[in-house]
Amino acid sequence: MTTNAKDACETCPIHDAAALKKLGVEMGNFDYVVALAGNPNTGKSTVFNALTGLRQHTGNWPGKTVTRAEGGFEYGDHKYKLVDLPGTYSLLATSLDEEVARDFILFGQPDVTIVVVDATRLERNLNLVLQVMEITSRVVVALNLMDEAERHGLQVDERRLARDLGVPVVPMVARQSQGVAELLQAVSEVANKKTAFKPYRVKYTSPELKKAIEKVSKEIEDAYPELPNAHWVAVRLLDGDERIIEALRKGELGDLKHGDIEQRTAQLQVIGNQ
Amino acid sequence: MTTEKTNSLENILSTAQSLRWEVGVDFHEKLTESIYTDAAQIADRATTRPKEKPRFDFDRTLDKIITSKTWGFPLMLLLLMMVFWLTISGANVPSSMLATLLLDTGHPFLKGLAANIGMPWWLDGFLIDGMYMATAWVISVMLPPMAIFFPLFTLLEDFGYLPRVAFNLDNLFRKSGAHGKQALSMTMGFGCNAAGVVATRIIDSPRERLIAILTNNFALCNGRWPTQILIASLFIGALVPAQLAGVISALAVVGIALLGVFLTFLSSRFLSKTWLKGEVSTFSLELPPYRPPRIWQTIYTSIIDRTLVVLWRAIVFALPAGAILWLGANIIIADISVAGHLINFLEPFGLLLGLNGVILVAFIVAIPANEIVVPTIMMLTVLVTGVTGVGEGAGVMFELESGMETMALFQAGGWTLLTAVNLMLFSLIHNPCSTTIYTIYKETGSKKWTWVASLSPVILGFAVTFVVAQVWRLIETLL
Repeated sequence: MTTNAKDACETCPIHDAAALKKLGVEMGNFDYVVALAGNPNTGKSTVFNALTGLRQHTGNWPGKTVTRAEGGFEYGDHKYKLVDLPGTYSLLATSLDEEVARDFILFGQPDVTIVVVDATRLERNLNLVLQVMEITSRVVVALNLMDEAERHGLQVDERRLARDLGVPVVPMVARQSQGVAELLQAVSEVANKKTAFKPYRVKYTSPELKKAIEKVSKEIEDAYPELPNAHWVAVRLLDGDERIIEALRKGELGDLKHGDIEQRTAQLQVIGNQ
Repeated sequence: MTTEKTNSLENILSTAQSLRWEVGVDFHEKLTESIYTDAAQIADRATTRPKEKPRFDFDRTLDKIITSKTWGFPLMLLLLMMVFWLTISGANVPSSMLATLLLDTGHPFLKGLAANIGMPWWLDGFLIDGMYMATAWVISVMLPPMAIFFPLFTLLEDFGYLPRVAFNLDNLFRKSGAHGKQALSMTMGFGCNAAGVVATRIIDSPRERLIAILTNNFALCNGRWPTQILIASLFIGALVPAQLAGVISALAVVGIALLGVFLTFLSSRFLSKTWLKGEVSTFSLELPPYRPPRIWQTIYTSIIDRTLVVLWRAIVFALPAGAILWLGANIIIADISVAGHLINFLEPFGLLLGLNGVILVAFIVAIPANEIVVPTIMMLTVLVTGVTGVGEGAGVMFELESGMETMALFQAGGWTLLTAVNLMLFSLIHNPCSTTIYTIYKETGSKKWTWVASLSPVILGFAVTFVVAQVWRLIETLL
């Protein structure tokens, strides 16, 4: 087997990054939908701007983005629509911004969800990552603010993290545009299903809890075979989440087929108008 | 959905319901605990902490000073003062340069051009004396202060200062029966009230969110800063020797902004004691790390995102306003123009408030955008007083080379220090602009609360200016 220089270049992630076309707000006919989630003030909007070329105002300010912002980019023959979700600490609670973020990941069923993570506050940020991974396994973790972690003398091992989480982890300094190429590569691999995942599932230590979740999720899987996140829905039902119960009753959740772009776009608009 | 599916769903729901009781009441706690434990474990495995703590933690030391009980507020005021002083003293020169270019040179040039091609007087007046002059005035008055103020403000934001302001104010908000996060939506309102109203979404409780929406108007917005800055530097700054003028004008603007903050607390407290009673919810406000601001990028984005956006908005509204004002000044009914009738009609009420008819008409014309209040006042004052420096017809926004001439124009219109002070007060306390009103309607979904949010500030503004005017006049007669 011979490897010439051309092949080596083409397999390097930097090679394709040169092919990044920032489409700004022109995003008709996109192939994939990518959601951008994360805790407040982790640099989501900075990542958003780096990918779309838009200049959404970024601020050192938790909770700056309370609505969804959308933009587009083209990378490696595919067009992506990027949706910047409001920053939230969890997807469990009740405030409007958390609901906007959760509803989008759940009903919008993005092809990839990027969770932007603050490397200096890894523990708290991973709470959200684990919760997102309960809803969708198509996750890429953008480990941002690596420069600040270094400034605080923290060393974060992204490979260890990727192995534990079972999803791609990309170290970044988004403010300096470092790691953008690697992030694009990871996103396109997940979107094109080139990456095999084994996403980490939260271990519920209490035996009754574990048993209850298993039982309910088994029933859900039988009734809604096309639902990708029966396990998470089971947890929400056990927690008495009215919004999810309502969604099941109305058929918003169980009857939604993944992959039908037109239907999903319509769904996005419904969520957007709420 | 098929009946079969409905049945199986109800089965699932009842299974979940009964299992939930088996697990126990602390289901939610067990759930979050499991997530937290796992997150902590994974984070711990991936992170290596330094053995030694750094000797000097810059962030923590800075936070101790900036959010300290003693130094927090004085520092905040000092920073605000500095921002305004830089804005006021820095904007003078470019402002007069722009005025020379657009008004002294541009206007006669266009008039000459129109005369050469034989444009009829009414079209020439409508386009050049109305629309062009209104726009030129807006640009020369507003662009320089905005181009200084917004980048400075954005630099503070980028550095991480604004959340500290929120932290300092948090306690006061809670004492007013409102949510501490209202400090953040209020700070956003200092930029734009419509944005501030949308920002209230970070507040979970509907009661506290409504309080934040209804009171956001008291945060002085982009459209009103230039009015405050201009009037303060013309009237308040003129009271003291020239070298102190900048500082004193800045002090006056900060005073008005602080009055707005005070009114926010007062009205929040009033609402939470009357129609919007309820418990204060607790939350934890996170202080983000200080980040060295990216100076060039910040200047670039704040000029593009804020300065030009606000300027564009002002121009878009100034164009038709200029046209309407010119028409109003030139359509004559019973020997007096339409605008003149309206001004005469409102004059007695305006004088009662220590203002005048011109100012009230200007605030009506400026409902779509507060930015054009001062240009409209200028144009109408010329019309009423008949002062014409360069022999233009009625309804032309007057050419002004320096602050002194603006001052002379205002004095010809019968202005006193009281008029200036009450104009500053009324600019702070009046109805939100139409964009904000529409945003309030969209966010609350309630016509009732939209009416309350729109009308109550005007009524309060009338009351405040009325009281100030009466007290002022009483003191004047006593002296």
